[in-house]
Amino acid sequence: MRLSLMTATPAVRNPASLDDLAVGESGVVSSIDLPEGDAQRLMELGFLPGSVIVAARSAPGGDPRVYRVEGTEFALRGETAKHIRLDASSVIRAAKEGR
Amino acid sequence: MSASPSSCHGCPVAALPVRRPARLVGLVGPPNSGKSTLFNRLTGLRQKVANYPGVTVEERRGRARLDGETEVVLIDLPGVYSLTPRSEDERVTRDVLAGEMAGQQKPDAILLILDSTNLKRHLVLAAPVLALGLPTLVVLNMADELEARGGSLDPAALAEQLGTPVALVSAAKGEGIETVYEFLKGAIGVPRALDLPALADIPKCRQWAVRVGDGAGYAAPAPPIWTRRLDAVFLHPVAGPLIFLAVVIAVFQTIFSAARPLMDAVDHAVSASGSWLSGVLPASALKSLLIEGVWSGVGSVIVFLPQILLLFLFIGLLEDSGYLARAALIADRTMRKAGLQGKSFLPLLSAYACAVPAVLAARTIENKRDRIATILIAPFMTCSARLPVYTLIIAAFIPERPILGLFLGTRAAAMLGLYLLGFLAAFGTARLLKSSVLKSDGAPFLLEMPPYRRPTLRQIVLRMYDRAKIFLRRAGTVILGVAVVLWILAHLPLSGGKMPEIANSVAGTIGRLIEPLVRPLGFDWRIGIGIVMSLAAREVIVGTLGTLYGMDPKAGSVGLQAALRHDLTPGGAVALLVFFAFAMQCLSTVAVVRRETGGWKWPAVQFAYMGLLAYSGAFIANRLVTLFLG
Repeated sequence: MRLSLMTATPAVRNPASLDDLAVGESGVVSSIDLPEGDAQRLMELGFLPGSVIVAARSAPGGDPRVYRVEGTEFALRGETAKHIRLDASSVIRAAKEGR
Repeated sequence: MSASPSSCHGCPVAALPVRRPARLVGLVGPPNSGKSTLFNRLTGLRQKVANYPGVTVEERRGRARLDGETEVVLIDLPGVYSLTPRSEDERVTRDVLAGEMAGQQKPDAILLILDSTNLKRHLVLAAPVLALGLPTLVVLNMADELEARGGSLDPAALAEQLGTPVALVSAAKGEGIETVYEFLKGAIGVPRALDLPALADIPKCRQWAVRVGDGAGYAAPAPPIWTRRLDAVFLHPVAGPLIFLAVVIAVFQTIFSAARPLMDAVDHAVSASGSWLSGVLPASALKSLLIEGVWSGVGSVIVFLPQILLLFLFIGLLEDSGYLARAALIADRTMRKAGLQGKSFLPLLSAYACAVPAVLAARTIENKRDRIATILIAPFMTCSARLPVYTLIIAAFIPERPILGLFLGTRAAAMLGLYLLGFLAAFGTARLLKSSVLKSDGAPFLLEMPPYRRPTLRQIVLRMYDRAKIFLRRAGTVILGVAVVLWILAHLPLSGGKMPEIANSVAGTIGRLIEPLVRPLGFDWRIGIGIVMSLAAREVIVGTLGTLYGMDPKAGSVGLQAALRHDLTPGGAVALLVFFAFAMQCLSTVAVVRRETGGWKWPAVQFAYMGLLAYSGAFIANRLVTLFLG
């Protein structure tokens, strides 16, 4: 989905954020880089350090995107998702839909 | 339970030896837990909606009848993910439950409603709620869906874990509700002391929830296959926006075409009953007040009821089916350009019918600044009350000529232009607000995507009933009062014991008095009176001008057009259209904005801003048109 024409370093994924996941990929949250209150709200919804998040879908146009946490789906904008950091080693490419 | 002793502290639950039937019971639960469905199931039509004083949060109360004469009062508290008071909703819920809400009695018991298909996430809310120490029944909703998707749990084991009774129910189907009634009657025991995690430590609370769920043998259900399949279509890069567009067009088509015969029928009923009354009553000032003031004033507002009901039917279908969240997701990108967000889409769409339901629909926006911005720009959308005015002026001043062959004539183009003008004013105002006083507080846009569900008739009808009640209460109070005042202005002072011509009435005097003020817009004193009278509701100007020119506005529309052409320059006509596009001439909207924003500040700002924009817009329009045509 993401066009890498804009960025000079397309393949570097360290440190990766939720926003860097392609649709179908998943990753484990390492930290949330947002003000305390916002981070707590996200944690209440399941975006906790250690949780596995799947990038399930994107809105037509690419943003916001729908993330799946423990079976529930939430839409987040890219501007929020990029502050949710992932364990770089945890990113798992989806079995088939690697578009 | 004591696996992590460092994070646990004893939290004794007040042990009441014998409990009387609870009088006030609070319903608490996360959004999308089916809390309101249960509330509606228990209370039916015995409910009341108001606002908590000073805040924009809605207070829903209802009475549930137990056996015979015993009743309990239920409060449907706002849906929350936690009791940490970060948003207004959470503060209200917490304050009511803690007995710290001014003028509110502390609840005697709590119904905690959780989605059983999402148990481990929803159980997190059980920790702070149980810590309150009130008798609590944990209601695990959507039991039917849990079973259908192959999930399971042991309610008895969960009750043992939580130290409080648990009921597995389906609020939508009414299954398992008996246990809830048993609890409300006070026949189910009280909670016992429990070791709860430190509430501020969210990861610990989640671990606790997972442990409790495991202890109750919770097997999570399979993913909702149909939801995934439907999302593949509704959020498809190409099909998604097309379906979205089709839904928008269907809503438009319904509120304009389908509602038309119903609105005509109401209009007919109002005027028929008015002329019947007028035939029956002896001629007097009181009769004139009743027929011309009350009947036509209130009637002109009630005409919109069918449209509003249809609109809420649609909103109900969209919301309860789960499509609304998808529509908000698709709309977010576009709404963001105005500084708003996806959830503003539905209220703004509703505003094309009427700003009143639009303002009410803005409740679904949790972010307070976004909600207020949406409420403030909604009246710019071209509502149905503007159409009679637009139609009259366009028909009088714009000759019908084809522009694009058969597709678009000059009149249709003028109408489209006015829609566009309102939209641009809304867009510009949103940008202005969101970059200044209502600048985003940086709270992330979060949208839960609930599974698709079949809407139930009961839920939708209850909501339509509820909204119609709010609307009619406005028509019955505010509009009635204003109609009487306007009638008095138009029929006093008496001269020689007779009511004066409108030109010599107080309204006429006001019209002359403000003529210097409206002259730069190209209006004479008659239009001035029309504008004064239409402060209550826009479409009133058509009837007022009819009276002023001595024409029946219905029978003599052509005559009225001719009279207007005689009195109004083309510049003045365009100015009048612009004025009506921008001005907030609708007391129902002012009243509902006050209700929804919890005070007079925002409606006052809105009224002044829109009035200023209308005046300067009309001034510029008059100058430009006169310059080009003169």
